[in-house]
Amino acid sequence: MNKILIIAQREFLSRVQKKTFLLTTIGIPVLIFVFYAMIIYFSVKTTDNFQIAVLDQPNLFNAKLADDDADIVFSFVQNETASSLKQKVDTGKLDAYVIIPKTFDLATIKDSLQIVSKKSIGIMTRQKIQHTISSAIEEKKLLTGLSISKNQLDSLQRSNEIKFASTEGKNDSDVKAGISYGVGFGSGFLIYIILFIYGSMVMRGVMEEKTNRIAEVIISSVKPFQLMMGKITGIGLVGLVQFLIWIVLVIGLQLLLPLIFPDMLHQMQAQPMQPGIAGAANVAQESGAMAGIMSGIGLINWPLILGCFVFYFLGGYFLYSALFAAVGSAVNEDAQDAQSLMLPITMPIIFAMVIMTKAVNDPNSSLAVFGSLFPLTSPIVMMARVAHGIPEGVTVVQLLLSMLFLIIGFIATTWLAAKIYRTGILMYGKKPTLKTLWQWAIRKS
Amino acid sequence: MSMPSILQLQNLQKYFATQKALDDISFNIEQGSIFGLLGPNGAGKTTLIRMITGIFYPDSGSITFDGKPFNGLNDAIQIGYMPEERGLYKKMKIGDQALYLAQLKGLSRAEAMEKIKYWFKRLEMESWWIKKVEDLSKGMSQKLQFVTTVLHEPKLIILDEPFSGLDPLNANLIKDEIYGLAKRGSTIIFSTHRMEQVEEICDHIVLINLGRKILDGTVQEVKQQFKENKFSIKFYQKPESIDNAVFQVLQQKDNALTVKINDGHSSNDVLQYFLNQQLNIESFNEILPSLNEIFIGLVENTSATARAFQTIS
Repeated sequence: MNKILIIAQREFLSRVQKKTFLLTTIGIPVLIFVFYAMIIYFSVKTTDNFQIAVLDQPNLFNAKLADDDADIVFSFVQNETASSLKQKVDTGKLDAYVIIPKTFDLATIKDSLQIVSKKSIGIMTRQKIQHTISSAIEEKKLLTGLSISKNQLDSLQRSNEIKFASTEGKNDSDVKAGISYGVGFGSGFLIYIILFIYGSMVMRGVMEEKTNRIAEVIISSVKPFQLMMGKITGIGLVGLVQFLIWIVLVIGLQLLLPLIFPDMLHQMQAQPMQPGIAGAANVAQESGAMAGIMSGIGLINWPLILGCFVFYFLGGYFLYSALFAAVGSAVNEDAQDAQSLMLPITMPIIFAMVIMTKAVNDPNSSLAVFGSLFPLTSPIVMMARVAHGIPEGVTVVQLLLSMLFLIIGFIATTWLAAKIYRTGILMYGKKPTLKTLWQWAIRKS
Repeated sequence: MSMPSILQLQNLQKYFATQKALDDISFNIEQGSIFGLLGPNGAGKTTLIRMITGIFYPDSGSITFDGKPFNGLNDAIQIGYMPEERGLYKKMKIGDQALYLAQLKGLSRAEAMEKIKYWFKRLEMESWWIKKVEDLSKGMSQKLQFVTTVLHEPKLIILDEPFSGLDPLNANLIKDEIYGLAKRGSTIIFSTHRMEQVEEICDHIVLINLGRKILDGTVQEVKQQFKENKFSIKFYQKPESIDNAVFQVLQQKDNALTVKINDGHSSNDVLQYFLNQQLNIESFNEILPSLNEIFIGLVENTSATARAFQTIS
C-alpha cells in the first residue's frame, strides 16, 4: 500500500510540476473567460445608443417605437427628405434612417422598408430593429386591419402558458427541465471527455515505462499491480486537482465579470435571447425568465449531482484507466498498434455517449435504465438521469444498484487488466492480438 | 569449510503456455561469492533471474533465500537487480530518480538520501544531481543504474551484462566496486556472454542451455573437467622426428610443440619420453580450455537460438 502511494506521488508530482500542466490548467479557463468576455463585450457594445431617424409619413406608429431595452433610439422626424437624412447619416449625426412612404399599405405590404446606414450594422442591432418595427407593424395590423381590440390582443398574447407538474405535486417547470437537460448533458459529456483524456494519459505513461525499459527495474521492487494502481491513482489525482482548479477559477472569474463590465452584464441579462413575435407581453415574459432560471437552478439537487459526479468520475476513471493501462502494457513503441487494441475500450465509451443523449431527454426509458446500470456505460449515462432528480429521473434503488455494479465492474476489470498488464509489461516483440490479451487475462496465476 | 548458501534453487520449473522455459534447475549460491550465470540467448537465464527477483513465480520447485523460503515482496529490499534491458525516466532528475527507486526498495527517505550521497560521492557523480537522464551519456546512465542497484546494500546483487557500453576506465571502476561489495558480504550473480570477464571475475559458474543446467562448478573445476590433456612444451632446440605411443603432436612451431596425451598415459610419461630423447626442455605447461571454448563446445548445434522465450504464441 505504501509503495502504491510512493508511485502515485511520483506520477502526480511529475505531471503537476510540468509547465504544460500550469498552462492548460490556468490557461484554459482564462481563455474561456476572455472568450466569453469578448462575446459579451461585442454583443452589448454594438447596441449602445444606436440613433435611428424615422420619417413616418403615414403616421403609422403615432411617434411611438421603442425596443425592449431602449438600446436603440428611434427619433421621429418631420420636414426632412431622403437626401437631408442621408447627409445627416453621412456626417455621423445619425446612425441610420428609415422612411415609411405615404403609400405604405398595411393590408398588402407591397413595399419593403429600408434601413439606410453608412456603417454596417451589427447582427444583434439588426435583429432588434427588425423585431421592433415588424412587431409594431403586426400589432397595428391586428388592431386596425382586423379590428381586434387592445384587450383582445393582450389576452391572445397571454394565453399561451401551459405548465407541467409531477405526481408528487412539485412544480415541474419547463425551466427546470431545461436546466436538468443542460446539467445532465454537460456532466455526462464531461465524464466522457475525462475518460478519454486521462485514460490515454495512463496508457501513454505505461507505454513510456515499457519502452524505456524501466518497468523491469521497478517490478523487481514492487508488484506489477502496485505499479499499475500507483500510476492510475497518481494520474487520477492530477485530474481531480485540475478540475478543482478549473471550478474555482471559473467561479472566481464569473464573480469578476460584473466588476469588469458592470452595466454591460446588466444589459445582457435583460436582453431577450430569441426575438419573439409578440411585443409587450414578450417583455413581461422575458423579465420573468431570469427569475425562472434562478428558481430552476434552485430546484436542482446540487449536492446529489456533485456527489454523483465525483463518484462516477472516479468509478468510471478507475474502471477504464485500468483497461487503458492493460492496452499500454501490451503494445510497444508503435502508437498505431495501440489504436486497434483500444477499439474495445473506446466503443463502450462512445456507445455510452449515444445512450446519454437519449437518456437526458427520456431518463426513464428502458435504454436509459440499462445504460445507467451497466458499469461500462453507467458513469456517463447515470449523470443524465441524476440531473433530473430523485425520483423523477432515477429511483434510489436504481442509483444504489448502479453504484454497486460500477464498484463490482471496477474490481473485475482491474483484476483482468492487472493480469494482462503483468504479462504485457515484460513482453517485447510482436504485437499481441486481442485474442492473446484475453488469454493473458483469463490465465491462472 | 564452505560459506552458508544465500540462495538455494531446487527443481525449479517454469512453463510458458506449453513451452518449457526452465526444466528442473537446482543449484546453490554461496554467500559472498561472485557467481556466473551463463547461457546462450534464449536459454532461460532471464526467466531464471526473474524468478529469483520475484517477478515470476516458479510452476514447481522452491527457492530458499538466506535460509528461509523466498518471498519476492518482503525480500525485495535484500535484492538489487540490474536487468540487461534497463532504462530510467528520461525527464526525471538524477537525484530524484535514485531517491524514488531507493524508496520503492523500502528505504525511508532519510536513509535513501544518506546512501545516495555516499555513492554519488564515491563514484564522483555529485554534480549530476539536478541533471536529467536525457542529458546523460550511455556510460553515465549505466553508472547511475549501477548505483541504484546496489545503494541499499542488498545481500544479493544480480547484474545482467553490467559492463556493456562502459569504457575500460569505467568498467574497471565498476569491477572494483563489485569486488568490494563481495568482500563486504554481498553475493553477486553476474550474467554475461563475455567469457573472459567470467574467467576474470567469477568464483563459481552455472551454464544453462535449452532450459536445463548443463554445467555447475568453480571456474577451475570446470576447466579441469573439460581439459583435453593438452600440453605445450618448449625446447631449447628444435625437436626432430617424434614418433611414439604416448602422445600425438597437434602442432609444431619452431622449438615449441602442442601435444595431446593418449589415454592411459600421464604428463610424466611425456616428460620421460623427451628426457630420453636428450632434449633440453625450457617449459612444460598444461593447456586448459578457455571458458569460451567450453561454452561453444557445449552449446553449439543445440539450436538454442531457435528457441524464443520472449514471445509466447
